[in-house]
Amino acid sequence: MSLVARHLEENGLSTVVMGCARDIVEECGVARFVFTDFPLGNPSGKPWDVGIQRSILGMALDLLERAWMPRTTIQTPYQWPNDEWREAFMKVDASNRETLAREGKERRELQAKMKNSR
Amino acid sequence: MDQPRQYRSFVSYIDRSRQYYAAHGYDKPYSWPHHDHVPFTLLRKPLSECRVGLVTTAGKPKPADPMEAMLVQRVMYAEPAIPPPTSLYTDDLFWDKKATHTKDVDSFFPINRLAEYAENGRIGSASPRFYGVPTDYSQPRTIKVYGPQLLKWCHEDGLDALILLAL
Repeated sequence: MSLVARHLEENGLSTVVMGCARDIVEECGVARFVFTDFPLGNPSGKPWDVGIQRSILGMALDLLERAWMPRTTIQTPYQWPNDEWREAFMKVDASNRETLAREGKERRELQAKMKNSR
Repeated sequence: MDQPRQYRSFVSYIDRSRQYYAAHGYDKPYSWPHHDHVPFTLLRKPLSECRVGLVTTAGKPKPADPMEAMLVQRVMYAEPAIPPPTSLYTDDLFWDKKATHTKDVDSFFPINRLAEYAENGRIGSASPRFYGVPTDYSQPRTIKVYGPQLLKWCHEDGLDALILLAL
């Protein structure tokens, strides 16, 4: 999405990216970025919370008006109710290392089979 | 919570995904885009006179039948914004399915909230269409195909600004 935003900016259209993956967006480099520190999936607010959704979108609109230089990031003030997701997402440790290795092997075998059957 | 931490608070998905796929046996990590120069366009008129659009990485709703759903390819799309979608397809995207859900479209694609801002005059108007751009492993395809097509739709719909949301 950041690459697309850059293309639009290069061609004269103002953009804001809204997201939860701060490092990916900032490494790519975009004009304006509204970062919300939630698990991936809800970049514009908690489900069913109209107040937070309205507030976060309002910040994106503010940024459209007020940012005067590229790479302007704002972080919204909202927190997820717990921090467990930070460690749990894509976790790799002794408890699942064998399972992940097996899943990867099975996936490559399936892909090779599909390639050969074409 | 206000307390000292030994690590940065926000998750580095670049680090995390590299470790995760390495654990799956993929030895060549994905190379994420990095740019020193960042293009920037100022709004040309007050926001209250601007037409604003929304883009998502989610797909159009899929057929209920799983077999039919499997046959639907991920493509770019532009769909009428009225009536707003009550669901979008996100099952095939990379997001934290254990921690949250996407049953409320406005939690990842604030189309109703944008309509409210158009109604109260904060923006001039909302785009008559909304847009979908698939997440693609291929960076050249994203830049050479998706970017130009989206720009064309923005011009057709008279947009002054666009808000892009990745799941």
